[in-house]
This record gives sequence, structure tokens and C-alpha cells, in this order.
Amino acid sequence: MNLTIFLLALFDGISYAALVFIVALGLTLIFGVMRILNIAHGSLYAIGAYATVSLTGFFLALGFSPIFAFPLMIISAVLVGMLLGGPIEWLLLRRIYDKPEVLQLLVTFAVFMILEDAQRLVWGTQPYFQASALQALGNITLFGVTYTVYQLILLPLVAIGLLFGLRFFLRRTVIGKLILATTEDREAAQSIGIDADRVFLFTFIVGAVLAGLGGALASPTTSILPGMGADMIVLSFAVVATAGLGQIEGAAVAALLIGLGRSFAVYVWPEVAVLVPYLIMVLVLLIRPQGLFGSPVARKI
Amino acid sequence: MLDTSQRSAPKLSDKAGGLRSTRSLLTLAGVLLLAAVPLIAPSMQLLINLALAKGLAVLGVTILLRAGQVSFGHALFFGVSAYVGAFLMASMPQADLILVLIAGVAGAAISGLLVGLFVVRYRGIFFGMLNLAFSMIFWSILEKFYHITGGADGIRLARPTVLGMALERPEFEAVLFYLSLVLMVGLGWFTLRWFASPVGQIFQTIKTNETRLEYLGLSPKRVLLSGYLLSAALCGVGGSLMAMTQGVVTPEYVWWVRSAEMVFIAVLGGAGSVRGAFIGALIYEIVRVYASAFAGDIWQLLLGSFLLIIILFAPGGIMGIADSVMNRRSKSQPTNLGEDAQ
Repeated sequence: MNLTIFLLALFDGISYAALVFIVALGLTLIFGVMRILNIAHGSLYAIGAYATVSLTGFFLALGFSPIFAFPLMIISAVLVGMLLGGPIEWLLLRRIYDKPEVLQLLVTFAVFMILEDAQRLVWGTQPYFQASALQALGNITLFGVTYTVYQLILLPLVAIGLLFGLRFFLRRTVIGKLILATTEDREAAQSIGIDADRVFLFTFIVGAVLAGLGGALASPTTSILPGMGADMIVLSFAVVATAGLGQIEGAAVAALLIGLGRSFAVYVWPEVAVLVPYLIMVLVLLIRPQGLFGSPVARKI
Repeated sequence: MLDTSQRSAPKLSDKAGGLRSTRSLLTLAGVLLLAAVPLIAPSMQLLINLALAKGLAVLGVTILLRAGQVSFGHALFFGVSAYVGAFLMASMPQADLILVLIAGVAGAAISGLLVGLFVVRYRGIFFGMLNLAFSMIFWSILEKFYHITGGADGIRLARPTVLGMALERPEFEAVLFYLSLVLMVGLGWFTLRWFASPVGQIFQTIKTNETRLEYLGLSPKRVLLSGYLLSAALCGVGGSLMAMTQGVVTPEYVWWVRSAEMVFIAVLGGAGSVRGAFIGALIYEIVRVYASAFAGDIWQLLLGSFLLIIILFAPGGIMGIADSVMNRRSKSQPTNLGEDAQ
């Protein structure tokens, strides 16, 4: 492996990790606050990507400059969060918070099945390409390796921004503190006048927006096709499980670990590249069953 | 005091006995009806055969539901068994049906042991999702190593001999059909006995209170592993039968949609009910064949919506509805997935 290939693998890994992290962040936030693993998260990611491609294609056809692709990404993500995330929490999840974990898992799984088909009905099965955002930012040459600015600089910046933004939001703002209080003890929070239902709804929408944003940001770098949602939910679960469920900073480390592992495998042994994230997860869980940064759960007797 | 309890005791067991005999009569009638399918409705034979194969796999998922666990990746064992059969037939063209079946189930059980040793350390979300991850791993292997596995096209599975006899297609299909039926009755009965056995009873307490199990000096992991092995083996039986019936194995056998289907049928039939697994599978397959003409594109959408409706409004599934129709349903029945939060 020479320096060029090493750098290419490094850059691939970083940009990939940034994308996976954004999606995993939403998943782990929802789990941390609501104790629900949202399997439909993968579909929200896919729909975010499809929505971005359609919106961007529409506005470019009207003669807008490609730079408009960026606000459209945010718009798509917010639409996914509001129009899909909101109703899912409000109509379904709200009914099952007191049910066994298995039932909650089945409900989000059912939503996943519904959304996978709905998305195929709307966008069909042909792959979509829309790389105008990628091209708009051009390339950068670093140590003799040319890479896109979008993947090497923008994606990691967004990921880091979201990580610190979320930390700041949860610890320094009133709404964030309300969320943390509800996470700590829902009943106690309600008794001092926090509207836990609204906190949950808000958290779920934020998580769904993050899934949609992950899809939107991924859309210029890959072809959008059915099945990407299923891949992403398993992958982001692998990240979240490696880190420990509900661990926000840990998810960043796990995403980097998995992203780099996968991208180096692509150059060394391409056949197993898809397996590397799961191998890393299994290895970590064998040694630390609660994940890298998770703490063992106290047992209820 | 003593009197009343003595008087009410026979009454109660009478009632339970009556319910049990009605149930076994209905089961017997159902099995006989199925056995008559090749004679009275030959066009349905293949369909019913596939439904029985799926029912056996669903039974595997059902077992885990009794311990309060759901696996989103049991198609893994279904597929392992099918591929073992296909590789066996490819390397040994004169292999016998029994050998294919045994090899397939052994393959499923071994992979069940390997995966099981890992996943029994977890419950709930992790249990379900890790199973899904393992099935996705196997699926990627099948797709990527196409020079061995045939990739997305899969491998053809030639017709094996039956006890040394090379049969023509119709005879072979009849053999498979009745074999599936016998396996359904035999393994269904075995599973019921297993639930009633000490191990099975302990297995089901994982759902209610695992910590108490540990206080009794028992290892929940080991008990869960035994149930997991049984469930993997049952999925293996189903996968092997399915592969021989269809004559081809593809990565689709392991695809998450297949696992989802199994979970769906298990919940539809009545989560935790042995008969429900097969009744659910039969209804599912028959509806699917007739619905695919106009609902093929939205099939998963329908399944998902139905799943939501069952979970939210009829958590007992078909068996739960049937029981309440018979109006003899006691509140403490363990077949109910929804009512036993704590």
C-alpha cells in the first residue's frame, strides 16, 4: 500500500464515517431519550435522499444555480422530520411506550415495511443520480491526492458541527435541559410540569430530521436505489451498538472506526468490505457486551 | 372450604379437558383436510407445501416469542439449510432426500449454535437487531462470492432420490408434500411437548423474570441457547423443504424481507402458538397468491399495516381471536404477546 492509496482510503473512510455518524446520531438520540429503537430510521434516511434528488432536479430544471442544492437538502430533511417523523410518533409510538420492548420493536419494524414500499411506489426502482452539489464545490488536492471538497471538507464539518451543536443544545439550552430531565426520570419531570409528550415528539422529529439530513447529504455521493434504507438501518445500528446505545460522543468514535475499517478493506480485500462494519461490531460486543462507551445496566429484581 | 374446592376442581378440569379435546379434534380435522389436498385440489398442492415449509420456519420464530424475544434474522437458518442442500446435491448428485434434509438441518443447527452463543447474551432490541445483522452478513456473502454461490441467481438444486429411488416430478412432489405434513405434525407435537418439559418451562420464564431464574441456580443463557438451537433447527427443516420444493436456492432465502415475513406470520397466527404458526402460514400463503395479482407492489405495505393493526388491536393474533370466539379464554394464557408488560 503506497501513500496515495493510504490517503485515498483515509479520505474515503472519513467522508463515509461523517455520513453514517449523522444518521446514527438521530438513531441514538431517539433511543437515549425514548428507549425506542426506530427501525424505520433507515427508511427516513432513504426518503431524505430521494426527496433531495427530486427537489434538486426540479429546481435545476427551472434554471436555478446548483448552489441551491444545499438549502434544498435542509428543506428535504426538515420535511422528512415534520411530515413523517411527527405523525409516526404522534399516531403510533405514543400508544406503545408502556408496552414490552418486543412490541415496540415490532411496531417500528412495521412502519419500516410500510415506508419501504411507499418509497418504491413514489420513486420506482430505477437508480437516481444527482451530483450537482458535489460538482458545485469542486475538488481539492492534498498531498498529491485529488478529492472532492464536498466529501473531504463539507461532510466532516457538518458532522462535527452537529455533534457539538447537539451537545450544546442538550446541555446549555432550556429545551435541551427539559429533554435531559425527561430522559432521566419521566414521571419526576412530569410532576414538575414538563410536558413529556411534547418532549418526546420534539426529540423524535429532531432524530427523524437527522436521518433525512443524512440521506440528503449522501444523495450527491451515491446512486439512490431501493434497499439503501435497509442497509443503512443495519449499519447505523452497528455504529450505535458498537458505541453503546444512547452514547452520542461514542457514536462519533464508532462511526470513524467502522468507516475507516470499511474503506481500508475496500482497497485491501474488496469482497469483505461490506462485512467489516459487522465484524468490528461483533468483536467489540464480544469483549464489551454493552458497547465501547456504554455502562452495564443495573438489574431490576 | 375443602368441599367447595373439591367440587370445583373436577368442573374446572372438565372445562379444560373439553377445550383440549375440541382443539385436538379441530387439529385432527385440519390435518386430515390438508392430507386430502393432493386428491381433492391438486392445483393447491404446491402452494400448501410451500406454506407448510414456511410454517415450520415460523414455528422456530414462535418459540423465541415464547421467551419474549423477537428475531429479525431467522431467515439466516432457513437459507443456510437450503444452501447446504444445494451444495450437497451439486457435489453428490445421487444424494438422498433424507440426507439432504439431515445435512441441511445439521448446517442450520451448527450455525444456530455459533450465532446463538453470541446473541443469547442479549435480550430485546439487541437480540432482534444482532440476528438481523447476522442474516445481512450471510446475505452479503451469498451476493459477493458469486463464483461459489451463484450470486443473485442462486444455485439450482437437482431432484434428490428418495430412499434410493429416482422419482419423477409428480411422485417426488407427493413425497415431499406428505413428508412436510408428517414433519409438521411431528415437530409441532414435539414443540408442544418441549414447552411442557422442564427446559421448555424454564425457557418461557425468560419472558417473565429472568433474575429469579438465576436465583434458582439456573443459567438463562444456556436455557435460551437450547431454545435458540431448536428454533434454528426448525427454520432449517423449513428451508430444506422449501429448497427441494422449489428446486432452486437464491440469496432471497436469507433477505431481511423473508425474516420479516416469518415474524409477521408468527404474530398473525398468534404469538407463541404452535398451531397458530401453521394456520398463519397457510392463510398468509393463500392470501398472498391471490392478492399478488393486484397488490404485488404494495405487499409489504399491506403486511406492515396489518402487523400494526394486530399489535395494537388484536395482540393474540388469529389463535387469540379463535379462542375468544370459543369464549373459553382465560386471562392468564401465555399466548398473549401484548398484555404481560411486567
